Amino acid sequence: MKHKVIDASDVVIRFAGDSGDGMQLTGSLFANMSAVYGNGLSTFPDYPAEIRAPKGTVSGVSGFQVHIGSHHVNTPGDFCDLLVAMNPAALKADAKWLKRTGMVLVNEDAFDESGMKKAGFTTDNPFEELGIEDRTIIVAPISKLTEESLSESGLDKASVLKCKNMFTLGMACYIYSRPLDYVYEYIENKFKKKHPEMIEPNKKVITDGYNYAAAIQAVPNTYTVAPASPEKGTWRNITGNQAAAWGLMAASEKSGLPLFCGSYPITPATAILEELAFYKNLGVKTMQTEDEIAGICTAIGASFAGNLAVTTTSGPGLSLKSEALGLAVMTELPLVVIDVQRSGPCTGMPTKTEQTDLNEALYGRNGESPMVVISSHSPAHCFDAAFMAAKIALEHMTPVLLLSEGFLGNGSEPWRVPSMADYPTITPRFAKGKEGSFKPFVRDEATFAREWAIPGSAGYEHRVGGLEKTHMGVLSTDPDNHELMVREREEKVARVAADIPLLEVDGPAEGKLLVVGWGGTYGHILSAVEEIRAEGREISFAHFDFINPLPSNTEKVLSGFDKILVCELNTGQFAGYLRAKHPDHKYLQCNKIQGQTFLVRDIVEAIDKAMEE
Amino acid sequence: MAAKYTIKDFKSDQEVRWCPGCGDYSVLAALQRVLPKVCEEKGIDKEKVVVVSGIGCSSRLPYYMNTFGFHSIHGRATAISTGIKVANPELCVWQASGDGDALAIGGNHFIHAIRRNVDINIMLFNNRIYGMTKGQYSPTSKLGAVTKTSPYGTVENPFNPGSLVLASKGTFFARSLDAEVALSEEIMLEASRHKGTSVMEFLTNCVIFNNGTHAEISDREWRADRTIVLRDGEKMIFGKNRDKGLVLDGWRLKVVTIGENGITEDDILTHDSHSDNLGLQMQLADMKYPDYPVALGVIRDVADATYDERVAAQVEEVSAKAKFHSVDALLRSGSTWEVK
Repeated sequence: MKHKVIDASDVVIRFAGDSGDGMQLTGSLFANMSAVYGNGLSTFPDYPAEIRAPKGTVSGVSGFQVHIGSHHVNTPGDFCDLLVAMNPAALKADAKWLKRTGMVLVNEDAFDESGMKKAGFTTDNPFEELGIEDRTIIVAPISKLTEESLSESGLDKASVLKCKNMFTLGMACYIYSRPLDYVYEYIENKFKKKHPEMIEPNKKVITDGYNYAAAIQAVPNTYTVAPASPEKGTWRNITGNQAAAWGLMAASEKSGLPLFCGSYPITPATAILEELAFYKNLGVKTMQTEDEIAGICTAIGASFAGNLAVTTTSGPGLSLKSEALGLAVMTELPLVVIDVQRSGPCTGMPTKTEQTDLNEALYGRNGESPMVVISSHSPAHCFDAAFMAAKIALEHMTPVLLLSEGFLGNGSEPWRVPSMADYPTITPRFAKGKEGSFKPFVRDEATFAREWAIPGSAGYEHRVGGLEKTHMGVLSTDPDNHELMVREREEKVARVAADIPLLEVDGPAEGKLLVVGWGGTYGHILSAVEEIRAEGREISFAHFDFINPLPSNTEKVLSGFDKILVCELNTGQFAGYLRAKHPDHKYLQCNKIQGQTFLVRDIVEAIDKAMEE
Repeated sequence: MAAKYTIKDFKSDQEVRWCPGCGDYSVLAALQRVLPKVCEEKGIDKEKVVVVSGIGCSSRLPYYMNTFGFHSIHGRATAISTGIKVANPELCVWQASGDGDALAIGGNHFIHAIRRNVDINIMLFNNRIYGMTKGQYSPTSKLGAVTKTSPYGTVENPFNPGSLVLASKGTFFARSLDAEVALSEEIMLEASRHKGTSVMEFLTNCVIFNNGTHAEISDREWRADRTIVLRDGEKMIFGKNRDKGLVLDGWRLKVVTIGENGITEDDILTHDSHSDNLGLQMQLADMKYPDYPVALGVIRDVADATYDERVAAQVEEVSAKAKFHSVDALLRSGSTWEVK
């Protein structure tokens, strides 16, 4: 068989292994080196909630999918070209994601009797059992080769075996013609301070993996994926949680207010708190509080004191914060709440992605409690979304709830870093010239926002709280006053629409079908729409970043179409919301509630069906 | 220079709406009397004073103060106060919470603020009852207390707030009676001087739902015999005739009478709130009538770094060493690549 080097425009690789096998690190290294190389990129970590689930079992399989391309990449890919399975359980769990034309790389040493039994294989041929015996299968004794590679390193056996993921990475680098420079540099930086003795062994084992793959006959073809031709500028790879944290810091800088974050660790939102805790050099104060409620309440206190205040959480934590969110609504203080959604209800599936907190974000409080709700649509977009959340909160004196998703928070993509000069200013609504006559709930005529007077400002002493008040800030149970204040708070949120961009339609503004989405489904819907267009069919697509209020041209956009197909990872929460707000349209739904992202195929099928109807 | 303030400067124009005879009035009066002194001592203007509360009768207090005020939600006052103080350590934060607010629904925030030693002053109004909801038992109601939700008497033990504070290694705990306005003012001033979480327990009377709950110690007729006011450097002597005192009998405190069994004033313990003698202070805080007099005054006042200071110091320390201080630099830090 003659070895061929094939130019590929898209390659999807899934690294899968035991949760202790280091697959998340292997996957992110492969992704980062591809990003530096200039490829389009999207990643999807798919891991169990347990830190070390029972070894060798299907429930303990940790996967990391990377999609690289010679062009901009929208999604982590539905199916993979290469499945790396470090043990039988990983093969069993993830074989379903393998393309018909895909390739499998397995660690032979883990396919012993006990490993096969734990994974639940009943015959001695796992490939036949899974019906993938016709694919290209590379069987390599990765554990043994790693031990041989490091036999003279002086490391103990456990440390040596931990390096087998690096051997695998070396093999993948050969198959996809990745230059090793980046990974060498990464290893040097990672270990130089605390474990310099680990630098050479790691570099050696990767190099040996690379050379092994080159030497054996089992790898029929290798691939190159040319760099994309992206915009000029400085690029980096960024996860959604990191981008959200950075967007908040950007808003802090633009508004001139110190950033305060009160939070409690919760999957998959914790990385935002971790990231903010690191950058004290940007003046960030973080508190890891005793619970979710203290997270939001310390933030509300910090907001009262004049900081840009933030709390970050995921679904169950948002439930705990409900009453305090109402306090922020009632006191009309600026506050940013980021909910990195996960599968629910209750604890649900903590590490799995979903869009099921929309109703909770919109309605999950007692009383008439209007909330500004916005969403992020890709990992890098979390930067802009967090920045915008802060801008709206500070300029409209309201809490803002930003819905991110586990898939976005943990996923990553290359991002051309912006210049802060290109971002709008943020002007907090501080009261001026009203010493001695400040009325806390008198509103701006245009936006209905009140003014902000913070402790330390002489002549602005006033009281806020959860009880209903008059414009003067005096407690009141007067019936007319209550109705007035309820309607004014509602109107204030509605008027945020004046400061958000109009809804854009990708494709013709009129037609039979408009595909609609919100949040992290953007990439999958876009890919589906591109596929439909590639077949020569016309289709329009509109994606909502702003949910409450909706963009002011929403009715106009929806009116251009006979049918509207709303795609979301829940049972139809946004569709229901659109039906309530814009009832005069025909809505169809495309839903998935499996703790997984859409496959592009799911949406293409839904569009086909909608077009036939 | 700070302006000179009087009580009037701290009274708001709102009508005070507690029941006639409520113990909360006298704590409010003490706070309004002490704040001019606090501002003068600290050299701060009154707009730096923030009064925070949760929910309950006593939590209405911020409305009666002409300061920045935050009447928050049930149990969360301590978390709100913490956020305010950490965000701006220059502010002087006072908090009003009832026994339900601080010790039931807000118990978690209460112990964690104490653990962190956030520099806030918590006024804990303990009337051993839920007054605002009209008479249900609280976490400080005595075992067997008959209330609307315990018609046959409670079957749960109460918290002693002092024990809870000291068990959390609190750095400041003091106690006063509603009727002892001068003493209340005195412990408020000490609380203000203390750096860290200062918990002041005020034994207050609820005339409507728990009238006389503290009467067995607070009634004028026997108050001197059943309470002891602790002051630093002074002997632990009490009683109408100043003839009773506290000594250590082995590890335990014991009430003795001066002049009996050869006891002289020299044998009586001398109070020292500043010594880190948690065991003795715990016993003092835990003293109950009829075995002991109930301790009033500052029981513990020890120095430790505060959370808000440490947070601010870490920000400064990291900033001083950091290579960059702008978001533009952050965006270009670490692993990036150029497309030309």
